[in-house]
Amino acid sequence: MAEPVIELTAVSKRYGKGDKAVDALQGLDLAVPAGSLFGLLGPNGAGKTTTLRILATLLAPSSGQVRVAGLDALQDPRGVRQRLGYVAQEVALDKILSGRELLQLQGDLYHLPRADRDARIAELIVLLGMGDWIDRRSGTYSGGMRRRLDLASGLLHRPRVLVLDEPTVGLDIESRAAIWQVLQQLRDQGTTVLLSSHYLEEVDALADQLAIIEGGRVIAAGPPSELKAALGGDRVTLRVREFSDEPEALRVQQLLQACPGVRQVVVNRAQGYSLNLVVEHDGVVEQLRRQLAEAQLPVFALAQSRPSLDDVYLQATGRTLMDAELAVAGSRDAKAERKQSMR
Amino acid sequence: MTSAAPSLFNGPAELPAPRSATAEVLQETLALTRRLFLQLARRPSTLVAGVLQPLIWLVLFGALFANAPEGLLPDGMSYGRFLGAGVIVFTAFSAALNAGLPVMFDREFGFLNRLLVAPLRSRSSIVLASVLYITALSLVQSLAIMATAWALGYGWPGGAGLLLVLVTLLLLVFAVTGLSLGLAFALPGHIELIAVIFVANLPLLFASTALAPISFMPAWLGWLAALNPLTFAIEPIRAAYAGQFSLSAVVLEAPYGQLSAAACLGVLAVLALGLFLLIRPLLDRKLA
Repeated sequence: MAEPVIELTAVSKRYGKGDKAVDALQGLDLAVPAGSLFGLLGPNGAGKTTTLRILATLLAPSSGQVRVAGLDALQDPRGVRQRLGYVAQEVALDKILSGRELLQLQGDLYHLPRADRDARIAELIVLLGMGDWIDRRSGTYSGGMRRRLDLASGLLHRPRVLVLDEPTVGLDIESRAAIWQVLQQLRDQGTTVLLSSHYLEEVDALADQLAIIEGGRVIAAGPPSELKAALGGDRVTLRVREFSDEPEALRVQQLLQACPGVRQVVVNRAQGYSLNLVVEHDGVVEQLRRQLAEAQLPVFALAQSRPSLDDVYLQATGRTLMDAELAVAGSRDAKAERKQSMR
Repeated sequence: MTSAAPSLFNGPAELPAPRSATAEVLQETLALTRRLFLQLARRPSTLVAGVLQPLIWLVLFGALFANAPEGLLPDGMSYGRFLGAGVIVFTAFSAALNAGLPVMFDREFGFLNRLLVAPLRSRSSIVLASVLYITALSLVQSLAIMATAWALGYGWPGGAGLLLVLVTLLLLVFAVTGLSLGLAFALPGHIELIAVIFVANLPLLFASTALAPISFMPAWLGWLAALNPLTFAIEPIRAAYAGQFSLSAVVLEAPYGQLSAAACLGVLAVLALGLFLLIRPLLDRKLA
């Protein structure tokens, strides 16, 4: 594996003091290899944004070590800032300035010589298709335009490392695909890209490395294909009827659990009492069909698939990502979050 | 965007050749100042209101006390001429007191984070840009008031007098801008900042010699006025308008003694320096 260009070692971050203290990160270890497109996956509140803010030197960790591009982020934050591009989640724009003026300001803050700055802005306008609106006031931009402008400002100084906090959240499919394409292109040309996401399919399609983060810790890490292969077995979703009732589902569960080659049977209440199984190999499914027929049970639907990232997530955390999202949805405190982000 | 030119190289580049710290601080400070002036150019209402309001003050207050009894003011000065210095100082003071507002909005909307992610050579650039902007703005406003006062027949401080007016205003603007920027980082949000500005503004005006001389006030108010920083700016400017300009001339008859123009400027300089030293630890902490 290539030398890590981002290295977090035993990083903890506590917000607030005393009874109100919140531990956002609790001993997080993360190594991002140079030249990779790395996905940081986890539900809201897992600590993704805090991790990225620490990398961008907006936050100092309560304890632990942070290295970016060979530099200690605590000893030499300015050196890290020069080499890192950061695209935040909430895009803060000066609405009254045009996109071009914002990029010019950004270029001056990175001390680009004027000619280089303007040439680079011209390149990015082409790359991100911003020509039609870059001289309009940024207050008039749509979500997709703002995200592109923000990506441009993160890329202006050609950083070695690009860090993006949920870059495609809330975007239409076309804008999302376009951003994916740019990120892949950057990776191919040698930029290390780290993005956070709570879209499993995004990380699966895009990232060549990923880490699952929950409760401020990394609980699984590696290439998506390896993580999925390591789980082994196939996933089967079975419905004996379109809508079964609970007693029937439990009866079928018992029947299936007795079959050799079946590892796990879960009754999925949210999906009309369908059954989710993990089976050792293809032959088991034929066996299951025979068993059901002998027990005089119909088969309304039976779907079989290789393990997905959702299964990786389930295996690592004991719940699906969607359940984790639902669990934290009610517990977000807008005021506390504003305080964490405001200086 | 789908037509992204694949030939473009977007991989990492070497850092730009390092230049002197001064050149880099200059580049970032000018860029931040330019932003503030672009905002002003596109939203000129701040400037228009900032010039219009003191003009109205000058005309209406001047008229209100036009028939003030002879001898109320020292040396038989007309009220309009007396008021001019007060309105000039109050204008510069109000502009400087608002200096923290744009910074507060940048904090609240997260734009400040964008600045802090960048490798600024010195984060003082953020503060410096605000000071430059507010100083220029308040000088423009003050000159507009002075021109109007001249047109109304209230006189014009010539030569060295004009220089004294400008130096006095600069010292006051630095001090008050420092205070306002400190508040912008100390207070939780713009509502609180506006509340403080609102509460501080008019009482400081009334408890100064802007509208009436100390000799006209009850003793307790006279004391307040003689301690009010605005008074230390108003009196040298009033003296410059009166034409009898000398740094050593007594310009303020305070209950605790007589102060020369030089002494008043000294007080303002110490105040400006003191405020910047006072807010420095706060800025260092917030911008660290």
